[in-house]
Amino acid sequence: MMHRSYSVTHLEQLESEAIYVLREVWAQFEKPVLLFSGGKDSICVAHLARKAFWPSRVPFVFLHVDTGHNFAETLTFRDAYVGQLGARLEVASVQASIDSGRVVEERGPNASRNALQTVTLLDALEAGGYDAAIGGARRDEEKARAKERFFSHRDDFGQWDPKNQRAELWNLFNGRMHPGEHFRVFPLSNWTEMDVWQYIKREQIPLPGLYFSHWRKVVERGGTLMAVTEHLTVQEGETVREAEVRFRTVGDATCTGCTESRAANLDDIIAEVAAARQTERGTRADDRRSETAMEDRKKQGYF
Amino acid sequence: MSEREESADNYLSMELLRFTTAGSVDDGKSTLIGRLMYDTKTIFEDQLEAVERTSRQRGDERVDLALLTDGLRAEREQGITIDVAYRYFATPRRKFIIADTPGHIQYTRNMVTGASTANLAIILVDARNGVIEQTCRHSFIASLLQIEHVVVAVNKMDLVEWSEERFEQIVADYKNFASRLRIPQITFIPISALHGDNVVNPSPNTPWYKGPSLLYHLETVYIGPDANHVDCRFPVQCVIRPHSDRWHDFRGYAGRVAGGVFKPGDEVVVLPSGFTSRIKAIHAGEQTLEEAFHPHSCVITLEDDIDISRGDMLVKPNNQPHVEQEIDAMLCWFSDKRRLQAGDKVLLRHTTREVKAIIKQVHYKVDVNTLHKVENEPELKLNEIGRVRIRVASPLFVDEYVRNRITGSLILVDPFTNETLAGGMIRLP
Ligand SMILES: Nc1nc2c(ncn2[C@@H]2O[C@H](COP(=O)(O)OP(=O)(O)O)[C@@H](O)[C@H]2O)c(=O)[nH]1
Repeated sequence: MMHRSYSVTHLEQLESEAIYVLREVWAQFEKPVLLFSGGKDSICVAHLARKAFWPSRVPFVFLHVDTGHNFAETLTFRDAYVGQLGARLEVASVQASIDSGRVVEERGPNASRNALQTVTLLDALEAGGYDAAIGGARRDEEKARAKERFFSHRDDFGQWDPKNQRAELWNLFNGRMHPGEHFRVFPLSNWTEMDVWQYIKREQIPLPGLYFSHWRKVVERGGTLMAVTEHLTVQEGETVREAEVRFRTVGDATCTGCTESRAANLDDIIAEVAAARQTERGTRADDRRSETAMEDRKKQGYF
Repeated sequence: MSEREESADNYLSMELLRFTTAGSVDDGKSTLIGRLMYDTKTIFEDQLEAVERTSRQRGDERVDLALLTDGLRAEREQGITIDVAYRYFATPRRKFIIADTPGHIQYTRNMVTGASTANLAIILVDARNGVIEQTCRHSFIASLLQIEHVVVAVNKMDLVEWSEERFEQIVADYKNFASRLRIPQITFIPISALHGDNVVNPSPNTPWYKGPSLLYHLETVYIGPDANHVDCRFPVQCVIRPHSDRWHDFRGYAGRVAGGVFKPGDEVVVLPSGFTSRIKAIHAGEQTLEEAFHPHSCVITLEDDIDISRGDMLVKPNNQPHVEQEIDAMLCWFSDKRRLQAGDKVLLRHTTREVKAIIKQVHYKVDVNTLHKVENEPELKLNEIGRVRIRVASPLFVDEYVRNRITGSLILVDPFTNETLAGGMIRLP
């Protein structure tokens, strides 16, 4: 009865699971939105959504929470990719939240807008009447995410309570909620960084150039290499130098570090990830602030 | 070539094994998982540094690998694991997903959750304590959730002088008790999670043990037949209608195959309507498939225009699920806010259907420590497991859980709080 061809690889399993989750979102919610940053994980989710509903168009609005500190390359890529999918892009601006006094900007040389994003995101979800926000977060990224559900319930303040999560069994997802509440949904929950790269390669998914090695001006700050952009002020005593670098994540330019690398294509990157001695988030200054930094932000409603 | 580079090459053909770990407090579960991740080089420098820092601050004499898996702040404060956490590691042969579940009595719910998607369970036993009540409970849950493979890892062998006699005694005790359960395959391995013996490499301390190391067993255990490739079941998730010029008449049914093998040309019956048609094509994105089986997600188109919507199921004419309005289920009750009693009204989710349901009867509950049936308390409380009769407002298309984990499982939801109340394994009355 068993048949050799019935075995499936782990990438096929992960793909079919993610597609199943995306379709459940579409079926269970009134107005879902896909959080799209132009980073590799959200690009992967968008690609999976395209597959899940083909030959229909992706039925989700795309939402980008723009810190105002993005790399120009990411934004160009974002617009082109969303345009090609024929989806509608909405941009929620942290700058607008600052200007309207909803949040107050951090000060100092390491000021980051990462924490402020939460307010902008929650405001945008409420304004748009969105009841589910699909994100590209993975459980392997950080300890506090290891317990995250596929369907993660948020109360009417957008908060996550790690002690009061719904049990998630088999593939039965419970997306019921009261008015004002919403869900975060994570189709890539079971993927690792390596899985994402391998899938990108298998599916030949396009990525912003920042992920591949290139020469640029950098400074070293707190053990991390930071790109010199219009969003980063070089401090006294810091030396700017040219280096061949690439980014492992392409978030906020003020807190996303790069690493020296000569990995110019996907095969190089996969070899580099396989040999890596630092987690992806290891290059994020905001997680270094304390051991429980991520968990604290998540409780407030961070991605 | 280093192991890691090799794993990059093999990556596209790797299999996936999902396993769960259970043990009572201090049996060494966190240490074992930390050890597996450490020895397979899944731990990164920055994670290790964070753990070293914490160990130093606490004044531990050595780096506590258990800290690597110890998730949330509340747990760190209480020093215990309180919820299911998922971890990932890979070797050149396989990728692994661990559902790490705590062993306290009050957390049966977590263990059931972790076991629901697992192919294998590791049950830890402290060599000094042997088979205890918790071991029985964990094994009962593994058998209830139909986990194919159980590994009894006899840990802390270093504390019993690597005694073969002690190990054999535990094996005998366990077998004696497990004869009352339905566990297809049980493997016993003597280990020391702390020192690494028989975890990744065979240990020189146990020359009398001829079996595989734990990791080797995880890498090679045969997981092929876990899915059902016989009974064709395709629960429809949603209908794909592009409404575009190019795909004007396209009408496809999206879903994930829950059992059997579907091919273009196959005759299918649609439940509940009973209409029949043939499969025109099976799509996965822009590709078309020659056949689809579990766990494929795909879109099926039919030769005839039939009214089909979410919650319907495509099956084969000569092999149909039971169409029932009254079912029995072994339920595990998750709520600390309410109990389950006859007459309760709830929502029931099964495959892609949601229906109203009423509890007809609590037949009995199971004392998970002794496996005795308790028949004189017809209600279920938090973390209790029992057999229940349920009546639903419209028919379900079900298989027994032992036959198919997907069409045989359900959850109950509170219609007012929306909380997930219970998970259930279907048995036919
Ligand atoms: N001697 C010895 N101690 C162990 C072994 N495995 C775990 N321990 C110790 O047992 C204690 C409990 O281990 P831990 O992993 O936290 O248990 P958990 O509660 O099951 O997660 C810790 O002090 C460990 O160092 C072992 O194989 N040998």
